[in-house]
Amino acid sequence: MAAVPDLQSSSGSASLESGFVGALLLRAGHDPHALVQILREAQARHTWLSRDLLGYIAGALGLTLAHVEGVATFYRFLHTKPAGEYRVLFSDNITDRMQGNATLLDDLCRRLGVERGQMREDGRVSVDFCSCTGLCDQGPSLLINHHQVVTRLDAGRVAQLAALIESRVPAVQWPAHWFRVDDHVRRADVLLGTTLIPGAAMAAALARGVPGLFDEMNRSSLRGRGGAGFVTGMKWQLCRDAPGSEHYIVCNADEGEPGTFKDRVLLTRHPDMVFEGMTIGALAIGARRGMLYLRGEYRYLLESLLDVLQRRRDAHLLGESILGHTGFDFDIDIHVGAGAYVCGEESSLIESLEGKRGTPRIRPPFPAEHGYRQQPTVVDNVETLCAAAHVALQGGAWWSAIGTPKSTGTSLHSVSGDCERPGIYEYPLGTSVDRILEDCGARDTQAVQVGGPSGKCLSAIEFGHRIAFEDVPSAGAFMVFDRSRDMFEVARNYAGFFAEESCGFCTPCRVGTALVVKSMDKLAAGRGSRHDVDLLSDIDRLMHGTTHCGLGGSACNALHDTIVKFRPAYERRLKSLEFEPAFDLDAEVEAGRRVTGQDDDTATQRESAA
Amino acid sequence: MSTLANAGSTNGTSHAFALDGEDVPFEPGDTILQAARRAGRYIPHLCWHPDFHPQGSCRVCTVKIKGRPGSACTMHAADGQKVESDTDELNAERKMLLQMLFVEGNHFCPSCEKSGNCLLQATAYEMNMEGVLFDEFYPRRPIDASHADVMIDFNRCILCELCVRASHDIDGKDVFAIAGHGIGTHLVVNSVSGKLVDTDMELTDRAATICPVGAILPKRRGFVIPIGERRYDPQTAADPDTQEAS
Repeated sequence: MAAVPDLQSSSGSASLESGFVGALLLRAGHDPHALVQILREAQARHTWLSRDLLGYIAGALGLTLAHVEGVATFYRFLHTKPAGEYRVLFSDNITDRMQGNATLLDDLCRRLGVERGQMREDGRVSVDFCSCTGLCDQGPSLLINHHQVVTRLDAGRVAQLAALIESRVPAVQWPAHWFRVDDHVRRADVLLGTTLIPGAAMAAALARGVPGLFDEMNRSSLRGRGGAGFVTGMKWQLCRDAPGSEHYIVCNADEGEPGTFKDRVLLTRHPDMVFEGMTIGALAIGARRGMLYLRGEYRYLLESLLDVLQRRRDAHLLGESILGHTGFDFDIDIHVGAGAYVCGEESSLIESLEGKRGTPRIRPPFPAEHGYRQQPTVVDNVETLCAAAHVALQGGAWWSAIGTPKSTGTSLHSVSGDCERPGIYEYPLGTSVDRILEDCGARDTQAVQVGGPSGKCLSAIEFGHRIAFEDVPSAGAFMVFDRSRDMFEVARNYAGFFAEESCGFCTPCRVGTALVVKSMDKLAAGRGSRHDVDLLSDIDRLMHGTTHCGLGGSACNALHDTIVKFRPAYERRLKSLEFEPAFDLDAEVEAGRRVTGQDDDTATQRESAA
Repeated sequence: MSTLANAGSTNGTSHAFALDGEDVPFEPGDTILQAARRAGRYIPHLCWHPDFHPQGSCRVCTVKIKGRPGSACTMHAADGQKVESDTDELNAERKMLLQMLFVEGNHFCPSCEKSGNCLLQATAYEMNMEGVLFDEFYPRRPIDASHADVMIDFNRCILCELCVRASHDIDGKDVFAIAGHGIGTHLVVNSVSGKLVDTDMELTDRAATICPVGAILPKRRGFVIPIGERRYDPQTAADPDTQEAS
């Protein structure tokens, strides 16, 4: 049976205390740092977070209600209003759009008799879009109750899905093949093609000793794969050298950049490699505790990851005296996100781990010195940690012999969009865009968005460029657009993404991303002028120079690239080259015309006469 | 906090950076804005106030060092640093940030009791802002007039969080917090009803008078100070003693 909808949820605090939430709080030791996890789990039980519930949790954790309200309303997957027994979220990356997600969403809404973004009156269901769920190679996809994913949606699946919701069949009882997530590894190199025996890399690291491990890390010149490209060995050294009562290592599995799904595949196929990399990092920096921040969209992976952790504890690869080394104590918790792209930024991620709104911190100080609970903390991407495990086992020279001198090793590309074989491709760094396009079966390609919306949009004349830190860097996304695609709509989709995901802290990002959406909508409606395109360029320039964090700084990258490289896509939408107001004058004065019976051009200056 | 007299000299060693070519003394640990403000120099700012830790959210104090932009309220001063602030480029960016704040909320200066005492308005004058440039958002934000002595007009809130900091740091009451995300980010009041009347806010609280705009106002004070005699009538936001609204 599905969870009983708890729509009024005005259950008194006494029943809360004795019930599920009370147990939840007890398990968390009434630690306010666990607030996001507590809210997430409370919602999974109650379907939404009533003000009574927020108040109860606030009281139990010694926080103010306003603070808890602030946290709960920050995360996209937490609801402070009833959202239905079934919460259906359609992934809305541009690749989902290209696969027809909007039509399928409309169809589902029609079948269920519900408006997008509204809960049906009987409290059964709500349907909406959400940011990319990292299933671009098997979309369109949707997320059900912030837990399960349904891939490869089509009209038939949507019709069945509507019927299952109408007859209140719990999501766990839906056809199992709907939840199938394929890895689609199309090209494997050293990371995906080598099987590591759990513990082997750690044993090698312990045999080398900490100084020896640092030597290998430095020799490898491994740079972070999350986007910033900081040298991993140096980051570990800074953290190790920073004074603190505890040191922490965090694995950033908040893979939120639209079009990126490589970490999902690593967590699915090689979880041991990820945890092994974390444990080696812990040895290097002297951490006793690690945390893996799993994006909320990957909640479906949680149980299998917890099983792997337990297996590793049983094998003495985690816990006390790891592999028999007295004093090497380390364990890992998993923190599940709640829908916030900005938490991929390391200082926001730490704020979120501490149970707060995911607002980026003022930097410096950097997390290596003042991170989780103000202690020295290393935050590394999933792929980086996998690479570190390989370096610990096979040595830095082996790794640095792959790739280019400035970009060593291999990297994973999440290929999606217009190609025959979407999926994961691992190449040595320095591989050209052309080569990847050829391998994935892309034809008549107009553009490739490398590194996601915050990355770079390359046009056909640039396909000779190489994916490397010194040429075109990438955090793993590779979205292909053929000549049938409208690059304005691509940029508009990304603009909507950044406006939805802005944390709202600083003026240029909070207001700028919303203004960009307004201008793009105006252009799309055919009401734009050259003035609007110029204004978009001005906002882009402003956001590059004034935002608080990198999200804002890169929010207009795709806009900038498409205006420069695909300008006709914008210009053919312009109504005129002069200023055009955002509203339709005729439509605005229509009511007045009707009432007064006046219809003369001089009174209301009909546009046709202008 | 050090006074102007001894600023810039610790154990006989003096420290200085150059702000638009003129030396500004500083103490180790000072931010650029802190030192500049103490020296009577003007770097436009809204969310920064000398009595509170910096927040860095309005971005109006953005300056450039070696061509790299950053907020003067959060960047630490360093010896020999060359800081650009009063340049056409940066002032144009500041103007655009102000225009964004104006269109985000509902700011109708002629009918606002804060007009003439308002830092947003005064800074807009300093940056020669003559229009809002963008299309207005015209959000719907109900007023909270529930409290006997203090009202909140959320239409004018610029999310500087000075009230949040004042209520926490000085009043010890945590009456305010920030909620939502993106363009929906907003100030919330800490009570079950969400109304100010159900908090322990008092007129004497620092949070009741710290607001740089007309969002939090004491009641029954309308036009006690006539237009023409207000803070930014004889003075400007650039003057050393009136760089903050209160």
